[in-house]
Amino acid sequence: MTGLASRYKKADMWLIFCYIALVIIGWVNIFASIHSDLSGSMFDLGSRAGKQFLWIMISIGAGGAILAIDSRIYEVLAFWAYLGTAFLLFVTIFIGQNVNGSNSWLQLGPVSFQPAELSKITTSLLLASVMSQFGFRINTVRGFARTALVILIPMLLIIGEKETGSALVYIGFIFMLYREGLSGWIIVLGGLFITLFITTLTTSPFISMLVLGGLLGIAYGLFTGRVFRSFIITAACITALSFIPALESSKLFSNMEMPKPEYVLLGISTIITGVVLYRVFRKRDSLAATLTAVFVAGLILVFSVDFIFDNVLQDHQRKRIEVLLGMEEDPTGVGYNVTQSMIAIGSGGFTGKGFLKGTQTAYGFVPEQSTDFIFCTVGEEWGFLGSAAVIALYVLLICRIISLAEKSQDAFTRIYGYCISCCFFMHFFINIGMTVGIMPVIGIPLPFMSYGGSSLLCFTVMLSIFIALEARHRR
Amino acid sequence: MKERPNSSLSRKDRLATGVIIAACIIVARLFWIQIVDEKYKINADNNAMVYSVVYPTRGLIIDRNGEILVSNDIAYDLMVTPSETEAFDTTALCGILGIGPEYVRDKMNEYKANRRKIGFRSVAFMKKLSPEKFALFSEQEYRFPGFHGQARTIRKYPFQAGGSLLGYVSEVDAGYIKRHKGEYKAGDYAGKTGIEATCEKTLKGEKGYKIYLRNAHNKIESGYKDGEYDKAAIPGNDINTTIDAWLQQYSEKLMEGKAGSIVAIEPSSGEILALVSSPVIKVEQLADIGAYYNELANDPMKPMFNRAVQSSYPPGSIFKLINGLIGLQEGVFAPSTKYPCTKGYHFGSNKVGCHDHESPIDFTDAIKMSCNAYFCYVFRGILENPEYPSVQAAFGKWEKYVKSFGLGSPLGSDIPAETGGNVPSTSYYDKLYGKNRWRATTVISLAIGQGELGCTPLHMANLCATVANRGYYYTPHLIKDSEGYAIEDRYKERHYTLIDTSLFPLVIDGMYQAVNGGKGATAGAAAVEGLDICGKTGTAENPHGKDHSVFVCFAPKDDPKIAVAVYVENGGWGGTWAAPIASLVVEKYLRGEISESRKPLEERIMNGKLIGE
Repeated sequence: MTGLASRYKKADMWLIFCYIALVIIGWVNIFASIHSDLSGSMFDLGSRAGKQFLWIMISIGAGGAILAIDSRIYEVLAFWAYLGTAFLLFVTIFIGQNVNGSNSWLQLGPVSFQPAELSKITTSLLLASVMSQFGFRINTVRGFARTALVILIPMLLIIGEKETGSALVYIGFIFMLYREGLSGWIIVLGGLFITLFITTLTTSPFISMLVLGGLLGIAYGLFTGRVFRSFIITAACITALSFIPALESSKLFSNMEMPKPEYVLLGISTIITGVVLYRVFRKRDSLAATLTAVFVAGLILVFSVDFIFDNVLQDHQRKRIEVLLGMEEDPTGVGYNVTQSMIAIGSGGFTGKGFLKGTQTAYGFVPEQSTDFIFCTVGEEWGFLGSAAVIALYVLLICRIISLAEKSQDAFTRIYGYCISCCFFMHFFINIGMTVGIMPVIGIPLPFMSYGGSSLLCFTVMLSIFIALEARHRR
Repeated sequence: MKERPNSSLSRKDRLATGVIIAACIIVARLFWIQIVDEKYKINADNNAMVYSVVYPTRGLIIDRNGEILVSNDIAYDLMVTPSETEAFDTTALCGILGIGPEYVRDKMNEYKANRRKIGFRSVAFMKKLSPEKFALFSEQEYRFPGFHGQARTIRKYPFQAGGSLLGYVSEVDAGYIKRHKGEYKAGDYAGKTGIEATCEKTLKGEKGYKIYLRNAHNKIESGYKDGEYDKAAIPGNDINTTIDAWLQQYSEKLMEGKAGSIVAIEPSSGEILALVSSPVIKVEQLADIGAYYNELANDPMKPMFNRAVQSSYPPGSIFKLINGLIGLQEGVFAPSTKYPCTKGYHFGSNKVGCHDHESPIDFTDAIKMSCNAYFCYVFRGILENPEYPSVQAAFGKWEKYVKSFGLGSPLGSDIPAETGGNVPSTSYYDKLYGKNRWRATTVISLAIGQGELGCTPLHMANLCATVANRGYYYTPHLIKDSEGYAIEDRYKERHYTLIDTSLFPLVIDGMYQAVNGGKGATAGAAAVEGLDICGKTGTAENPHGKDHSVFVCFAPKDDPKIAVAVYVENGGWGGTWAAPIASLVVEKYLRGEISESRKPLEERIMNGKLIGE
């Protein structure tokens, strides 16, 4: 036994520094967010600040305990822990408490917690365990399927709990997969499809199809080197096709019923696709084949988006997307939170109003201010400087994890590190992005800062396991 | 898979760069909204913005037939922002408001004393101005800088009914605000008692606000950004109750001048049709509770005390129904068994007295004539039943039966502060007389509903509903499923007693005879032709004064639509007051009006005064 002291000594001080700093900043701001003339001290256990303090103590205790135990246990436990949380997630669908329209909370005596929080840890552990096995290759069907299965099971169960926001975090694992060798194309295609999704909703399917065709035309040029020629042809085609809607009102076809422009374009596209496919077969042009496949997939996406939007998404999710995309001017409805949140942050200015001087808070304008909207308090009371400092801390935390994970000799540690940095990044970016109005309102907490015991404890455990793993493998 | 060596950046570096770019996007956005864009510079500290609260309309309270029991009216509060007042014409203001100059002086001195606490806020100068006064003030408003009106809704009661049930709404105090963390602010109103309190969350709605801009001269100039940042108030949801507004109003009228209670229940659902605790709180008092509170609280007749659910009385002879059923269930006597009555039941040198009637009689007649002696025999039979090893054991069984009727504990209705009454236990008597040192005759007064028994009028009505249903009851309740308020499932469950349902018709025959049996019937005053009322009188001994008059009944006999319990304090013999009152309630409910032949009775009841005005 090398002794506990040496284990603690090996723990990465940068990560611990970031953790302690964020937790304390969170606690101070929770106190400020509930502050009023009536409230007592920061340690008053009846208040949110006091409860958070208690949870910070519990979390630090748990973190310390994790550093003390032999970290080899996680590789052994990974599968069973994953199975256990999957079971919990499944059970929660049926017996969970309904909070804000989703039933993702389990009540255990006086404490209620979200199994979805726990499952991020266990999914990360199992991913690390599966992918670090000797001979594992992500770019084989078998490897990819196994990885996808590990990620999709909890994701679908969480969607089953109607907690789609938390499920989105799992999309972040794609960055880890990229590091482990997944083709960068996946991310590029993902980006393309998201762009199409948004343009379809905000403008029309017709315009999305033009965008799709245009982007693929340029891509063909970039890959073949005939940039100039492709660009001219693409631009000409797009310009010509963009006149299709005008035909409808022209006198030329006034005596016949015109179909919707997107269907006309679909017809033209089918013919062009046929021609291209002929070329593909004759010339064995694999690039054109790939682009055609992407084109067809894009078309399917565009035409199914309306269907998805109307039939798959729930009302509140649809509203949130609409607000994000500026489709509905509704400052008193769903966008209300965001408007108020941005006013709170905006009114902070460069240096902020000072500790406990925030007024948007005192008037209770921002809902959920100590939980999901805790960053508002930072923005209002500490201004641009304080906000930027908090963001810097998160960047430091995430980049430090990435850097330590990369350096580690152990594949399990590396993959686990990438997994949790993806989780931290998704939470950080979606949450703060939401408060400043560049992300839709998705109710997920800001790691270490948002009020809430179970979330704080889970993030702490998540980080501590990495610190413990990393310390063991450092020479 | 190894990275290609010619790649300029490793995948790790690309990901780290991605994180930094994402962070930069957020920082750029922060820079934009915190430093560049003026749009988000609204600042509540900044006096240019005035937030004006928009109060939501409170939900209505509606009776079982859609009649409105409680609606809203508009009242105006005159607000003042002391920091903005300038010298003004006090006399003119007094003239408009109809107040003396000392009122204004006192208020102004008060504001001066508290000026640091008030700061820039506005406070109420005068509450609930009439629309006329408010219109007068509005015309002259420009003369009184710093004063402004604020409209708010107050409660309005179309029926003179339900004062004790509906509860009142009043301004929240510091204690209330603290207890309901963050939900209320000074100046808000909340339901404090009755249905208003029970359904507060559903009724209250959600406040909104409007934002106004002030110019350099402190005058409100315009709405901020065309109201883009205003928040609309969300009105509260309505509450449907089980009350029949007309019946409630009628019942309260019947109880005028008398202390006591009426409880009417629909047996097939447990829905409370009317619930009166007299003297009542009048709806005018309810609407302006602040002005009447002290008067009501200090009234020796205690109108704030809901007798119907809080007062525990001895049930008197109506309890014979339960003892009879227990005796039949235990088989200690048969319906045809006849017992003698010699103006009472004699044991040793003691007796339980009875009134003059023929003898001996069977079970049906015993209920009809309310014979005390008969039920003393029955009760003794129950306790001295040889099937049990001791009187105490038999008593324990008796207690279980009684409690299965819901007696001895709160029924669990949705009326606040319901009390449980009392059913004595074996251990109680063991403590009182010594273990096993008491016999059936020691507790014989329980035979006729006296002694340690206590139950609320709600218990009595529920007992009657149980008999009407032939053996089960639904927990009585006031509130129906409404939008935004779902009643608990337990109100939809049947509660069976421990008595076999086949035994109830025997009791019901007796009750029918008690009302419609002609000679010897104790409740002839309650008979209404064609309504088949079944009832049981009671007279509860009152050591402090005249006996209490009790009556329970239900009708029609074969398809009960209503079960009523009436308790008139100091009303004497049950047949005198309670029985006619109950019969009028039943007639009113089933027929909608009182028949011509019974008008004189109605008049006598309504004009009867048992307590001083």
